[in-house]
Amino acid sequence: MSNLLEDLKDSAAAAFFALLIFGPFIGLRLSDNDAGNLGIATRPEALALAVIAVFAARLLILTWGRHRPAKIATGLGAQVQKTGKFIAPALLVFAVVMPLLPGLPNAYIDLGVLIMTYVMLGWGLNIVVGLAGLLDLGYVAFYAVGAYSFALISTTFGLGFWECLPIAGILAAFWGMCLGFPVLRLRGDYLAIVTLAFGEIIRLVITNWVSLTGGPNGLLGMPEPTLFGLRFSMAGGPGTFAGFFGITPAPWQRDAFLYYVILGLALLTNWVTLRLRKQPLGRAWEALREDEIACRSLGINVRNTKLTAFAIGAFFGGFAGCFFSARQGFISPDSFTFIESATVLAIVVLGGAGSQLGVVLAACVMIGVPQMLQSLQIYRMLIFGIALVLIMIVRPRGFISTRRPTVLLGKKPVAIGAELRAEGRG
Amino acid sequence: MTILAVTDLTMRFGGLTAVNNVSFSAERGHITAVIGPNGAGKTTLFNCITGFYKPTVGSIVVCPQVGKIVQLEKLPGHAIARKGKVARTFQNIRLFGGMTVLENLMVAQHNALQAATGFGVLGVLGIGRYRAAERRALDLAKHWLEQTDLLDRADHAAGALPYGAQRRLEIARAMCTEPALLCLDEPAAGLNPRESAGLNELLLKIRDGGCSLLLIEHDMGVVMKISDHIVVLDHGKKIADGSPLEIRSDPAVIAAYLGEGDEDDPDAPVAESVA
Ligand SMILES: Nc1ncnc2c1ncn2[C@@H]1O[C@H](COP(=O)(O)OP(=O)(O)OP(=O)(O)O)[C@@H](O)[C@H]1O
Ligand SMILES: [Mg+2]
Repeated sequence: MSNLLEDLKDSAAAAFFALLIFGPFIGLRLSDNDAGNLGIATRPEALALAVIAVFAARLLILTWGRHRPAKIATGLGAQVQKTGKFIAPALLVFAVVMPLLPGLPNAYIDLGVLIMTYVMLGWGLNIVVGLAGLLDLGYVAFYAVGAYSFALISTTFGLGFWECLPIAGILAAFWGMCLGFPVLRLRGDYLAIVTLAFGEIIRLVITNWVSLTGGPNGLLGMPEPTLFGLRFSMAGGPGTFAGFFGITPAPWQRDAFLYYVILGLALLTNWVTLRLRKQPLGRAWEALREDEIACRSLGINVRNTKLTAFAIGAFFGGFAGCFFSARQGFISPDSFTFIESATVLAIVVLGGAGSQLGVVLAACVMIGVPQMLQSLQIYRMLIFGIALVLIMIVRPRGFISTRRPTVLLGKKPVAIGAELRAEGRG
Repeated sequence: MTILAVTDLTMRFGGLTAVNNVSFSAERGHITAVIGPNGAGKTTLFNCITGFYKPTVGSIVVCPQVGKIVQLEKLPGHAIARKGKVARTFQNIRLFGGMTVLENLMVAQHNALQAATGFGVLGVLGIGRYRAAERRALDLAKHWLEQTDLLDRADHAAGALPYGAQRRLEIARAMCTEPALLCLDEPAAGLNPRESAGLNELLLKIRDGGCSLLLIEHDMGVVMKISDHIVVLDHGKKIADGSPLEIRSDPAVIAAYLGEGDEDDPDAPVAESVA
């Protein structure tokens, strides 16, 4: 009973603050009267409704959280852990056969490509944020470097997608190092701010260097990926995929091919990350996240280790950018705004920093759900936002918050709880 | 044979001189203890030796193998473990809490393993010498897990271990870098008498294995029993230097400890056992 009283008090306090905040936002409203003069109208009913909603929601969360708190959270976590072994292969099989499902609308393959792109970006950023514990808010910079590298190199030198891919990756990695050097000494919040600024600098340079990048007008005319030299063209004919195999050209062939390209690139990222995790370098990244000073005392070169994390993370970001550029056939600075960095970071954090499977689940939620909710129109982002908040309440360290050891002495699989894992401060 | 020679070492933080013109040397194969009241500058001395601070004045020379001399104060911090073969533990335990006990020991062998991965490329592709190197690393890790009695906890998260085990793990981790000189900052702090006795044995075993030790310790029982040589610091200055027997009867040491004891606790165990 006293609990209920506490909860009521707490909810009342929340409602009071809601009143303070919503008072001007919801309670007051600019209106223009017939004469065209601005006036201020009040909306007491709307304000009351908002405050009551906050009160009720707070009360609900408190009582619900008190009575079945950890049980649901840990139960859910254990469930994910237990089925995790099957989820990953099942998702992989689904990802591979998805475009071949008969009667699947093309829009779904497109959505698949979009989600896969973010999965790949998430996996790339996971190296920096999840493993090395370096909070990077400017990851989109490397996506942009990859995209523009491809656009410029392919149109200037007439190279195709596959030749440009490694170049784009290497250039992005180079810029990753360039970002890495100045921020080596920074930690936590400061690191986040500088990486954010770096992302903006790259975008502003792209916007303003009109002679090279076309500025706000962007670039176009880059080639699409080819399958061993076969183009995907609606016209058919020799040298095209449909012409070579003697089938009628259809849009889904191109879409499915692009889907498999990004799937392959993403899986490459995943494979390299998983391998690196079990290697000295990956272990050093994680150790760095846990305790930088201890790392130094063990003779680990902290500077180089951080730089490799930035560089390898950026490398895969560059790959993704290269793919994005090739698929769109048009790029402009608008595609590389801060919100992209934030989305990718949200995917990593929501998934549970460091977890590869978590990134996939989070990318499906973050990218897939808003698309699925298209029909709800204006309520879409509201529902989406509420869902995210709820997820973070139930699972504050992300979908998959436990960590799997990279090496075991015994046979029994072990999972390390999130409470022991450091988040890293840069 | 000297393994470590500290000459005229001074470390200033702004106006505060934490270590003031200290010189001493540690013998190879010995346990050298550094003692002194709180704030005497012991940890600061360690931080200078292990490269966390650049000394204001002075030189620190280590001799990791016969005929090889390394000037520690000129090395970057991360090179000290590799070139100087100096390892250390921390007064406030610094483990990789979210990693398993075994992983902690594997991270300690980073440099040896990384060299076998061919810049990581061969390692990722799974070819080359990496497998053999990893097996060797696992063997070394297992060896130290046995020595520190942690073998059955190898797959536990380091952060979840009881305090005493964490202390032992930190020592095992330092030993996995295969040091010539191991610096321990208050390894017995917070241990119960049984754990403390076990620690003594472990330290003697490490010494007999050929690794020299430099030991900061407040527990005089431990210090007097196992150390071969003692250096006493007070207010940043060295006030005495000698065998346990000499230190026990040194008037300057007694004064330093009694002086401190007078201020807060006249029955401090430190003062008792020194006097
Ligand atoms: N980074 C620093 N900046 C400023 N002053 C410092 C710093 N490190 C240590 N000191 C000061 O130097 C003096 C010696 O500290 P130190 O930690 O070396 O003592 P200690 O002998 O290890 O003591 P304890 O037995 O309590 O561990 C103290 O007065 C401390 O406040
Ligand atoms: Mg100290």
